[in-house]
Amino acid sequence: MLRLPRLRYLRPASAQEAATVAEDLGTRAMLVAGGTDLFPNLKRRQFDPEILIQVPSLPGIVKEAGGFSLGATVTLAQAAADPGLQVFLPGFAEAAGLVSSPPLRNAGTLGGNLCVDTRCNYYNQSHEWRKSIGFCLKKDGEICLVAPGSPRCWAVSSSDTAPVALVLGATVELTGPEGSRMIPASALYRDDGMEYLAKEPYEVLSAIQLPAEPGVRTAYVKLRRRGSIDFPIAGAAVALKLDGDIVVSCRIALSAVASHPLEVPGAGEFLAGKRLDQEAITAAAELAAKPAKPLDNTDLTHFWRKKMVRVVVEQALAAAAARSA
Amino acid sequence: MPTWLDREVEKAVVRLLLNGEEVEFLAPVHKTLLEVLREDLGLTGTKHGCELGECGTCTVLIDGRPQLSCLVLPLQVEGRPVTTIEGMAAGASDHPLQAAFAELGAAQCGYCTPGMLLVAKSLLEANPRPSRAEIQEALAGNLCRCTGYAKILEAVELAASRMVAT
Amino acid sequence: MTVPDRTGSVGRSYPRLDGSAKVRGQAVYADDIALPRMLHCKILRAQAPHARILSIDASAARRLPGVVAIITGRDLPIRFGILPVSQDEAALEEHKVRYVGDPVAAVAAVDEETAAAACEAIEVEYELLTPVMTIEEALKEATDEPIQESFSRRRDNIHRLVSYEFGDLEAGFAAADHVREDVFFFQGNTHLPMEQHSAIASHVDGRLTLWSSTQVVHYVHRALSRVLELPMNRIRVIGAVHGGGFGGKTDPFAHEIVVGKLAMLTGRPVKCTLTREEVFYAHRGRHPTLLWYRTGVTRDGRITAMHLRTALDGGAYGSYGAASVFYTGTLQTVTYDIPAYKFEGVRVYTNKAPCGPKRGHGTPQGRFGIELHLEKIAHELGLDPVEVKRRNFVKPFSRTVNWLRVTSCGLEECTAKVLEASGYAQRERRTGHGMGFAISAYMSGAGTAIYWNDMPHSEVQVKVDRTGATVYCGAMDIGQGSDMVLAQIAAEELGIEPRDVRLVTADTDLTPVDLGSYSSRVTFMAGNAALEAARKMRALLVEAVADRMGVADLEEIDVGGGRIGEFSFEEACVIATTRFGALSTTGSYKPPRIGGPFKGSGVGPSPAYSYSAAVVDVEADPRTGIVTVGKVWIAHDIGRSINPLLVVGQVEGGVYMGLGEALMEEQEYRKGLHKWPSMLEYKSPTFLDTPPIETFLVETIDPEGPYGAKEAGQGPLLPVIPAVNAAVFDALGVWVDETPITPEKVLRALDAKAKGKPPRHGPRSFPAVPYGEPIRVDPPARDDLRVGAELEAAFGQTPGAH
Repeated sequence: MLRLPRLRYLRPASAQEAATVAEDLGTRAMLVAGGTDLFPNLKRRQFDPEILIQVPSLPGIVKEAGGFSLGATVTLAQAAADPGLQVFLPGFAEAAGLVSSPPLRNAGTLGGNLCVDTRCNYYNQSHEWRKSIGFCLKKDGEICLVAPGSPRCWAVSSSDTAPVALVLGATVELTGPEGSRMIPASALYRDDGMEYLAKEPYEVLSAIQLPAEPGVRTAYVKLRRRGSIDFPIAGAAVALKLDGDIVVSCRIALSAVASHPLEVPGAGEFLAGKRLDQEAITAAAELAAKPAKPLDNTDLTHFWRKKMVRVVVEQALAAAAARSA
Repeated sequence: MPTWLDREVEKAVVRLLLNGEEVEFLAPVHKTLLEVLREDLGLTGTKHGCELGECGTCTVLIDGRPQLSCLVLPLQVEGRPVTTIEGMAAGASDHPLQAAFAELGAAQCGYCTPGMLLVAKSLLEANPRPSRAEIQEALAGNLCRCTGYAKILEAVELAASRMVAT
Repeated sequence: MTVPDRTGSVGRSYPRLDGSAKVRGQAVYADDIALPRMLHCKILRAQAPHARILSIDASAARRLPGVVAIITGRDLPIRFGILPVSQDEAALEEHKVRYVGDPVAAVAAVDEETAAAACEAIEVEYELLTPVMTIEEALKEATDEPIQESFSRRRDNIHRLVSYEFGDLEAGFAAADHVREDVFFFQGNTHLPMEQHSAIASHVDGRLTLWSSTQVVHYVHRALSRVLELPMNRIRVIGAVHGGGFGGKTDPFAHEIVVGKLAMLTGRPVKCTLTREEVFYAHRGRHPTLLWYRTGVTRDGRITAMHLRTALDGGAYGSYGAASVFYTGTLQTVTYDIPAYKFEGVRVYTNKAPCGPKRGHGTPQGRFGIELHLEKIAHELGLDPVEVKRRNFVKPFSRTVNWLRVTSCGLEECTAKVLEASGYAQRERRTGHGMGFAISAYMSGAGTAIYWNDMPHSEVQVKVDRTGATVYCGAMDIGQGSDMVLAQIAAEELGIEPRDVRLVTADTDLTPVDLGSYSSRVTFMAGNAALEAARKMRALLVEAVADRMGVADLEEIDVGGGRIGEFSFEEACVIATTRFGALSTTGSYKPPRIGGPFKGSGVGPSPAYSYSAAVVDVEADPRTGIVTVGKVWIAHDIGRSINPLLVVGQVEGGVYMGLGEALMEEQEYRKGLHKWPSMLEYKSPTFLDTPPIETFLVETIDPEGPYGAKEAGQGPLLPVIPAVNAAVFDALGVWVDETPITPEKVLRALDAKAKGKPPRHGPRSFPAVPYGEPIRVDPPARDDLRVGAELEAAFGQTPGAH
């Protein structure tokens, strides 16, 4: 049986207390919420903290003027099944409901999915396997095994909810020892497989605000080999505002094609003012796919995944357009 | 030498509402619920296939909802109701799902069966008349290598029809 | 032989005997066993694909608190292996490692955590050797030394070469109107049982007891005796409740031997449960296989000659490989009548986890190739592929060119069933939608034992006393329900209900030897042995009852419904025990000699072959290349269905596993390592990826099967894989000539088609292999059905091999 390393486990009463403890303990500790990402990684010794700090249960899903406020410990299953989200932000509920598998979504949290560790099939392996291959840059090694010539790590952002958060213009609340601050979800990420989060390690992602602008239609399309369990190997989130069949505004973001959830503003802007017909969709998808750089470190070949980016973008655009505003 | 070996083992007393009974045990805090159930509480009905959250085999119910016991610390679910396969039957009489699984051959090697049954139980409690698609979706996180899922689908449908009828 | 319609338990659906225990979490699997003072074992495995071990330093590990014993290859120097010709494995390697995952040292400690830490603290110094990772590399002279350096005088990494020519190939090709060649690749894949292998050993009173998750207690028993140097009478192997095998738990494994040794050394019970990653290293799954076919046909599609070459990537050890290589070629002839057949096969060693028997053992590769090859021939001739296949179907009760004896054969019936049910002929024809058809055959148990001997393959005892009836058999129920089948057979003969039969199986102390649950042999062989033993017991009971009733004619005593004559079964037991004393009867089964008069004829013969036909419906998206299976129709010639519920369960499971192999399952290696030894990245289909399966059972009542029964566990997997590829061709007009059909391969084939190249994706060439001169064998008379001594007597008159 694969087991966790020896750990101490702390249960602070609030997010702020958690951040305070986390700051004090520095690299000796890590934050844990649902544990569905962290525990497998700990069992494979991808991290080696002495202490886990539990993110305490935070407020649930609240419908507010102009959108939703979701506590970061809302589970993915709760978000997927929330009637308000299903009506107003179906793309977000969809993305939450497509993460991994049903039992995992009952434990996995929104905060956890937004902060999910970047993935790579040279990295998400047991300690023994990684030792056999000589370790990689992201953990214990010197070089990136996917792109040995590169100075950086190319692990892949594998969050399903993050690209939707981006296209919605979501804001995340980061709670530190001194209080909390709000940043745009887009500012949470860095294009770096190792330092993929632009927050202090001790800061607790405590809430997410999702604007629900009237008339915005959302969709998320996820590509994976199987109908369940798998991480995305490409994904597209769309937030679309239409006037009749003319695009007022459109934002598109991709999952699993870079070390961060990748917004492709050019594709969205291209559509503005255009009739959303097949031709426009195809052209936008083409633009959206350009910056996607899948590498040989997730399931299936990267040549194929690159081709499929266009397809998922088209599907997401079509799905969003088909939604009632 | 692994660095974590030098660390002291922190132990905690944990109380769970396990299969309807209050249980209290002392265990290292880093032992998962799966390990504690099997190794400390003698409930070996909960199986394990990967211990990484990838197969669904170790599923138990927490607050009536399926969770992977390999990815939960007992302290994280302290005081909450936990149901394992051992708690599914009412005494000597099988839960209708158990009866249907046995009857229709939905358990061949039987190793994925406890997890499948608990997920199905949770599904039928929330949705007594699930469609085939809803059954498939609910059980999609539980891998089976023997049955091709066909008999499992039939067994859940049979149990649902019997439960609705009574 | 006519078999009357049964009124008893045979032919009726009964759920498995341990169904209730399994749904209640009460079934005790190997890892569920915990004994007092038990130690936990972890195995340190090689971290280089090919290397000499220069030194192993376990001193730091030994000092860790809680570590009780550490052993290395020096403690277990005797090599073993499932086949007598391949005793090439060590429980722990002392001098050399051959793949990442090869066992090197083992620790027994107070808990698993400590054992794992101790493994991490063991320092192994390696001298790296060049890894050999492909068939092509393995065929060349080794850079430094061959992988199995001491097992062959060869300088390359060829493990096994076979070459046969049955009949006059040249004449066959000369008679052809059309000759076609094709190359295929069947990717390796693995069993992925949900239960990780586990074994626990206890050494008490000088006797070793091992509980294991194994398919064959007898083979584990033999290996333990050999390596631990204990007589077999000091060892007891018990098959714990089994969490899935599919062939993956048919070899004796290092961890089984290691816990035995550690239990003997420490005087405490020792358990070892593999992690999922280690299960990928223990493997013994499907051989990656290249296949080259050259076939001559007449204008109307009749085969005149076939030449098949196969090359198998065996991984680092022999395992069942010497048999696997034969199986890629031998069973083609039991479905299609091939007048002249040349088969050449090679198995090579590579620095990967050893391959062996997975459901279908060697035959899925050959089946995949021949079905697609015939499809292509038919298309080229402008004929209907189904019709071409049908024209070449073997005749029931005939002998093949390679001397295999075909008895009952429901190919025609199976074909008719699936064509009709699927509406194949009227299928919707549009781009993106297609149906594919394929057939197959499989053995009901191998005709020859793994290790040469003339003893029965199955032995069964039936005991009756004042407490009722008990059946003892060494066979292991691995989930397929073989225990219920044995109970049904005994119940049928004794006139009682199956649940009233006690069954003791898979315990080498208590049960007579059975060769175990592999090669689809239990119903046929253990079933026949049970039938014999139960019939003998029935005769005793009837005789005693008749005597008591004063009836002279034994035929007048009815047996059934829990009664024998005018007495209840329980009363009859008392009467018979009173009359005869202790009552025990035995039955045994040994398949007759079937194979022809040539070396190597032992692989392929079976007392009966099951037959299957399948139609698969797919949607194949020309834009993404994604293939989705809508439905599978399968008909299976089971001979007689002793328990339809269990048979259908086997068929559905086989179809499922076939779909996984067709669409997603693959073992890939990269930089000398298994690319993804995990349940997440090794793609096993989920509930959502599995289509509806409609099963038809065809009963042909085989003359030698118990009540006419044949196998169900493996055959139904076989036609599914080529049927998927054929359906993709039907949908898109392109061939994917390898497994699995990933979306990218479909797109590559479409791309080739668009560029005017052959519309396919797959291997382009077959490597040069030094197969050598074939063994030339004259075909038998095709209506010669003789077996055993009669057949052997005939060998003198037949030219045979020359």
